[in-house]
Amino acid sequence: MPNGEVPERQFVRFTRLQRILHICMIVSFITLALTGLTLKFSYTGWAAVLSHLLGGFENAGYIHRTAAVVMFGVFITHLVDLYKLKRREHSSWWSLVMGPGSMVPNRQDLGELVATLKWFVGRGERPAYGRWTYWEKFDYFAVFWGIAVIGSTGLTLWFPVFFTRFIPGSFLNVATIIHSDEALLATGFIFTVHFFNTHLRPEKFPMDITVFTGRMPLEELKRDKPREYEALVASGKLEEKMEEAYPPIVTRTIRAFAWVALAVGFSIVLWIIYAVLFAYR
Amino acid sequence: MAERMNTRRKRRCAGLRVVVAMLVGTAFSLLFPESLGHAAAPEKPQPGAECLACHGDKSSAPTRAGKTTPLYVDGKKFAGSVHASFGCTGCHADLEGKDFPHEKPAPVQCGTCHTTEQEQHARSLHGKAIARGDTLAPHCVNCHGNHDIVPVKDPRSAVAPLKVPLVCGQCHREGTAVSRNRLIAQDNILENYSESIHGEALLKKGLSVAPNCATCHTPHLILPHTDPASSINRKNIAATCTKCHSQIETVHRKIIRGELWEKQANVLPSCPDCHQPHKIRNVFYDQGMANADCMRCHADEKLRRGRDGKSMYVNLEEVSHSRHSQKGVACSQCHSEVNASRVRPCETITRGVDCTSCHDEVGKLYAASIHGQLNAKNDPNAPTCKECHGTHGVLSKQDIDSPSFPTNVPGLCARCHREGNKAAVRYTGRQHEIISNYTESIHGTLLKNGLTVTATCTSCHTAHSVLPRTDPKSSVNAANVPTTCGRCHHGIEEQFETSIHAKRVGGSDKPLPVCNDCHTAHAIRRTDENSFRLDVMSTCGRCHAEIAKTYFETYHGKVSRLGYTKAAKCYDCHGAHDIMAVTDPRSHLSRANVAATCQKCHAGATRRFAGYLTHATHHDPRKYPFLFYTFWGMTALLLGTFVVGGLHTLLWLPRAFEMRRELRAAEAEHEASKETPPNKEGPDA
Repeated sequence: MPNGEVPERQFVRFTRLQRILHICMIVSFITLALTGLTLKFSYTGWAAVLSHLLGGFENAGYIHRTAAVVMFGVFITHLVDLYKLKRREHSSWWSLVMGPGSMVPNRQDLGELVATLKWFVGRGERPAYGRWTYWEKFDYFAVFWGIAVIGSTGLTLWFPVFFTRFIPGSFLNVATIIHSDEALLATGFIFTVHFFNTHLRPEKFPMDITVFTGRMPLEELKRDKPREYEALVASGKLEEKMEEAYPPIVTRTIRAFAWVALAVGFSIVLWIIYAVLFAYR
Repeated sequence: MAERMNTRRKRRCAGLRVVVAMLVGTAFSLLFPESLGHAAAPEKPQPGAECLACHGDKSSAPTRAGKTTPLYVDGKKFAGSVHASFGCTGCHADLEGKDFPHEKPAPVQCGTCHTTEQEQHARSLHGKAIARGDTLAPHCVNCHGNHDIVPVKDPRSAVAPLKVPLVCGQCHREGTAVSRNRLIAQDNILENYSESIHGEALLKKGLSVAPNCATCHTPHLILPHTDPASSINRKNIAATCTKCHSQIETVHRKIIRGELWEKQANVLPSCPDCHQPHKIRNVFYDQGMANADCMRCHADEKLRRGRDGKSMYVNLEEVSHSRHSQKGVACSQCHSEVNASRVRPCETITRGVDCTSCHDEVGKLYAASIHGQLNAKNDPNAPTCKECHGTHGVLSKQDIDSPSFPTNVPGLCARCHREGNKAAVRYTGRQHEIISNYTESIHGTLLKNGLTVTATCTSCHTAHSVLPRTDPKSSVNAANVPTTCGRCHHGIEEQFETSIHAKRVGGSDKPLPVCNDCHTAHAIRRTDENSFRLDVMSTCGRCHAEIAKTYFETYHGKVSRLGYTKAAKCYDCHGAHDIMAVTDPRSHLSRANVAATCQKCHAGATRRFAGYLTHATHHDPRKYPFLFYTFWGMTALLLGTFVVGGLHTLLWLPRAFEMRRELRAAEAEHEASKETPPNKEGPDA
């Protein structure tokens, strides 16, 4: 892959802020999952062990809410970043939404989805994906959805006395179900589908760490996102998006962190499967 | 033996004349009826006037053949006697119409008129002796005299109260033929009597109601004390003494009811055991007095019982510190049946010590208890009084060295009820590790810290009425547990009795819980201890299974299960002892109170806040449709997402592996091209 020249120059896909936000997201998400699931699956022995390790349920609660604040922070920071992007590169919100780098699914994504399914069953070539594939867009909005649903119900449960000034007490029961089941969905989805789609695809094995380093080899850009590559080449902006790769020590550290996060995620998935299938009440 | 008796009788006959002479000298019995030689005159213008013609003159009165004593009858005295109106032949009926000088008249039969007395006398030891032909035995006349008999109430009567001791003393005093020749256990009877409080009152102070011989021995039916019918038999003596000393039990052990002296005379010390017959003194009897007699033998450390070699040593030091010793209880009061007249007074003891002779009430309780029931069946494991209280060294339960002092009680019961000990091994109930559980319980901990008013075994099980839980009379029977606990926890009992769990409020046919169903019996913990708070859910859940299950599906239950003690447990909302039906306005969860109940933890909680379903389940579409459909909606969303995402990934996998193979191949090719000479350019360049 590298052509022998050191240091290699790589295509920058994510900004520093985006990378930091992703790491913050990972840490807060795993923390929320661990502390929250101990409560959801309180009837399993694992829950008691975890709760104990976290310093008791009360501590687990504090940690959960702290992580929630962090995640809200990530979310808000990202919105602010979007606002800045709009100010910097777009004349209007519409332009941001409809522009080529937009995360909003469009007609082309639908086409690519169909083409992808055809490719899966051997009835066509791999589509020439652009900057954001449809599954990446799905993951992105899944977070929006998750933050909205889990965050709002979480706040209700955090401040029940305040919220029951407006809603009936039994809505707290409803909120509990929504909060925990949506969290289960998010956790399960992130730790399986997202892990596979983005980080663990066989062709990228052992791991795609682009989201941590922020850069990817040009070869990979050409292969994975040919449409983006061609657009960049055509506009002549490719060179200004190239930067030197990180030294191996940095990538090794990043890989170690990523593997830990992955291992924790998989453990949580196993726990969920055990709790839902074998110990559910 | 018989030969010796005969010799003695002959000797006695020889002495008879001397005795008769002595008796004649007394003022009371001048003449024997047999000695009357001549009958009185048959005409009777005045009582006995005709007879007195001969017998009335002392100097000219006839004498019996071979005798010098004149057959004199004092006409004046006869005229004043109770029998004067009957005349001489009223008694000497066989002389009616006889010529002078008449023959020796037949003995007078007093029993012709005095049938009862005659019959009693015949049954008495005196009468029987006469029947045997004992010449020393007294006839009527020996006590009552003959021609001068006056009513008993007349001070001149020979048997007037003041004179009775002298009448009896004619024979029953030292030196008489009777005292020398007849087996009579008592000695110095007359002397002892006259010095006793009874004798002093009668003889020295002239108190005619003071008891004389006949008061205790009866006038005519005198029987040996061994005869069950005797007034001085052990069984009857109390009744005899209490004829005068009717309130005597009040100055004795209060616990002894007077009737016991009569009903259980075989067990209780009887009056003469302490107040020896004839010697009764006007003093406070030193209760320890007899102890010295016992200790003559029992102070010997080597003293053994012949039968089985058991040590009979009594440690006087131990006894002297005992509760009984302090209260002045003598050996013989517990070891009853002693006979003070024996050299070894204890040889008459046939039974072991029976504490119930004094501790009657306690004895009845014990007999009804399981311990007593087993003891009645001669169960070798059954504890008796001494197993718990000890024997000679018995101490008050207020004494810290006593086995029944509160801090010592668990150890005492543990002797049998500790796991592996004799009571524990035969026990088939649910309670185990009783002693160690108690020791670690709140009651046991407090006791260890020296709080003597905390509950020990006996506080709940009682000391003497111990009965199995299944017995309706048991203090730990479910029906009685609230009362038992309420003896200390009274306020709580009051609350409990108004709660839905109380029998008369709950009115359920199902068994309702009592104290120990929630607090356990022996392992009772402080209710603010985490373990208690966390266990209470499963405790309530034993009966309220469904509601406890749904509790665990909501926040409070879930975090409690994780060991969070601050989350609301059952009693935080429902109350503990004052738990009521939620429909009851007094309930903590009634419409009026529910917000305040929530506010205990959730400051500012409103009625709407209280609408939170603390026992909700999402499995019940009828009761909780909201939750049910939310849950299944979310589950459908979850499953749908996973199915779509999962299928997408599965379909992708083969292509991904294909891509990986191609990449590897391309890489290998690339590497190969690099192996070639550097001046040769790659195909891409």
